[in-house]
Amino acid sequence: MTNIVVLVKQVPDTYSERKLSSGDHTLDRESADAVLDEINEKAVEEALKIKEAGEGEVTVLSMGPDRATDAIRKALSMGADKAIHVSDEGLRGSDIVATVKVLAAAINKAGGFDLVIAGNEASDGRGGAVPAMLAEVLGVPQLTHARTVSVEGSTVKVDRETDDGITHLEANLPAVVSVGEKINEPRYPSFKGIMAAKKKPVEKLTVADLGVDAGEVGLDNAWSSVLEASPKPPREAGQRVEDEGDGGTKVVEYLVGQKLV
Amino acid sequence: MAEVLVLVDHVDGEVKKVTYELLTAARELGEPSAVVVGSPGTAGKVKESLASYGAAKVYVAESDDAGSYLVTPKVDALAALVEQASPAAVVVAASAEGKEVSGRLAIRIGSGLLYDVVDVNSDGTTEQSIFGGAFSVKAKVAKGTPVISVRPGSVEATQADGAAAEETVELPAVDPAKAAKITGIEPVVGGDRPELTEASIVVSGGRGVGSAEKFEVIEKLADSLGAAVGASRAAVDSGYYPAQFQVGQTGKTVSPQLYVALGISGAIQHRAGMQTSKTIVAVNKDPEAPIFEIADFGVVGDLFNVAPQLTEAIAARKG
Ligand SMILES: Cc1cc2nc3c(=O)[nH]c(=O)nc-3n(C[C@H](O)[C@H](O)[C@H](O)COP(=O)(O)OP(=O)(O)OC[C@H]3O[C@@H](n4cnc5c(N)ncnc54)[C@H](O)[C@@H]3O)c2cc1C
Ligand SMILES: Nc1ncnc2c1ncn2[C@@H]1O[C@H](COP(=O)(O)O)[C@@H](O)[C@H]1O
Repeated sequence: MTNIVVLVKQVPDTYSERKLSSGDHTLDRESADAVLDEINEKAVEEALKIKEAGEGEVTVLSMGPDRATDAIRKALSMGADKAIHVSDEGLRGSDIVATVKVLAAAINKAGGFDLVIAGNEASDGRGGAVPAMLAEVLGVPQLTHARTVSVEGSTVKVDRETDDGITHLEANLPAVVSVGEKINEPRYPSFKGIMAAKKKPVEKLTVADLGVDAGEVGLDNAWSSVLEASPKPPREAGQRVEDEGDGGTKVVEYLVGQKLV
Repeated sequence: MAEVLVLVDHVDGEVKKVTYELLTAARELGEPSAVVVGSPGTAGKVKESLASYGAAKVYVAESDDAGSYLVTPKVDALAALVEQASPAAVVVAASAEGKEVSGRLAIRIGSGLLYDVVDVNSDGTTEQSIFGGAFSVKAKVAKGTPVISVRPGSVEATQADGAAAEETVELPAVDPAKAAKITGIEPVVGGDRPELTEASIVVSGGRGVGSAEKFEVIEKLADSLGAAVGASRAAVDSGYYPAQFQVGQTGKTVSPQLYVALGISGAIQHRAGMQTSKTIVAVNKDPEAPIFEIADFGVVGDLFNVAPQLTEAIAARKG
């Protein structure tokens, strides 16, 4: 029986304009539509595959504001069994270090795990570090940026894909895995899945429930802080020409004019 | 002057360009000490080049384990040195591995983490460019020794003389219950073209290219310009070009002097990876394509007519 925790995050839809709030430079969550991060759908898919290949249970874990419930329900409707939602006003503005501490506390509170599966990088912060940092706190191996994952008995093998190429990795369970963009095509929730998800248990936890020191989380206690934030002026459209058989020549003339060739 | 630890990014003793950028950035904050973690014999190959970018010291952390476990040996080495040298900061490349090393180190030493910064200021604050370049952010670390990862290609490397005095660091034995073993490596075979994130010109093709074979048109133009080749996600997903060349939200962020987009519509997620380019040229047969909203020079036309003519004209100029 493989006990899998999948980490999911609700993020501003990349199709909408993403902003920081002008007051305290935190993510302006109201300005954009919020969705389950695409990479996390792939993490859920991989967890479900491992479960379906043997026996197991998939628990979804998310830290985020109340409306992150929508992202959690989506993961449940894909087929995850249950969920933990850490939501607390005091967590607003937490940085990456605080986030990792809270996620680790929630995983420990949930009891044992064999695998934690996350996305390799969230589309909002692009931290690309939560899974590794979590492995550090939990004291287990990290097998990250997976292109393929296989679990045999108590061994997990991963093909890690980065700019450096493919690295074959192996470790004993329990372990933390993160999945890369090319790992799988996530399934669509079925109607049955969507209906079933409404009845699946979602445990709501606060910072106090986790026994995390409130002085370690939230905007005022962050390990790093934003001093200034400003939108960059948007780019403007320049010249545009129709190709009348001389399009390539016109580009060269432009490049020469700009001293680019 | 305070020491600043710089983790050397190398593949089997071949130093990556980003290391020189890190050494340059570190000089804003103090005196850079290069930290080499790898299999025995690595430091010997890299020392000279580190000296030429201002490394005052070279810490050598070599062991067989260092080359055969993922990420953790580098964290072990840096954590030991933070304890020993009380540096002003630790600077690491914001590569896939560097982000992981710096994140774990921040946890290990109880420090704040600034990731994917594009510049380091002498007062210890950093600049970040987020949401695909839509926002600029200035930040600082509030607790502990700042751990900073710097985006490759964002700082211009400049040379400086360094003594590169060698010092050995003892690495603790790896606990296999807490680390992943590397059982094999298939390095990317770099072609003759420049690295995507390092290139001063990038030529990218999208779904409009139509097939893997026809990507040759993109490659020929790139080669005439001495450029790197990029691709949109649609081109990658359609199997026209390998995934490591994807530009955008979930691919590489590039910021070259010149970006040429061919047969790319310019979806917001593609723009997120290239809109900070100095100059953008686009070719698309659809006059409504959103790429034209951000292009400095746009040609409405068929890329199979425009690109070959452009390639020839460039070649003719270079004679
Ligand atoms: C979470 C998420 C992450 C994403 N990440 C990325 C990413 O990292 N990078 C990325 O690129 N996309 C990304 N996307 C996908 C993005 O939304 C677009 O689907 C993608 O960029 C479209 O690629 P394209 O422009 O090549 O294809 P299309 O949108 O299909 O555009 C093809 C263009 O080619 C033109 N064309 C066709 N034939 C010719 C011709 N002969 N000559 C000239 N022009 C021609 C057409 O007019 C059209 O404008 C992401 C999407 C999501 C949801
Ligand atoms: N607040 C969060 N709640 C749950 N999972 C998270 C959270 N933040 C990050 N993660 C997980 O960590 C992955 C990488 O995030 P990051 O390191 O922030 O880029 C994400 O894809 C998620 O799987």
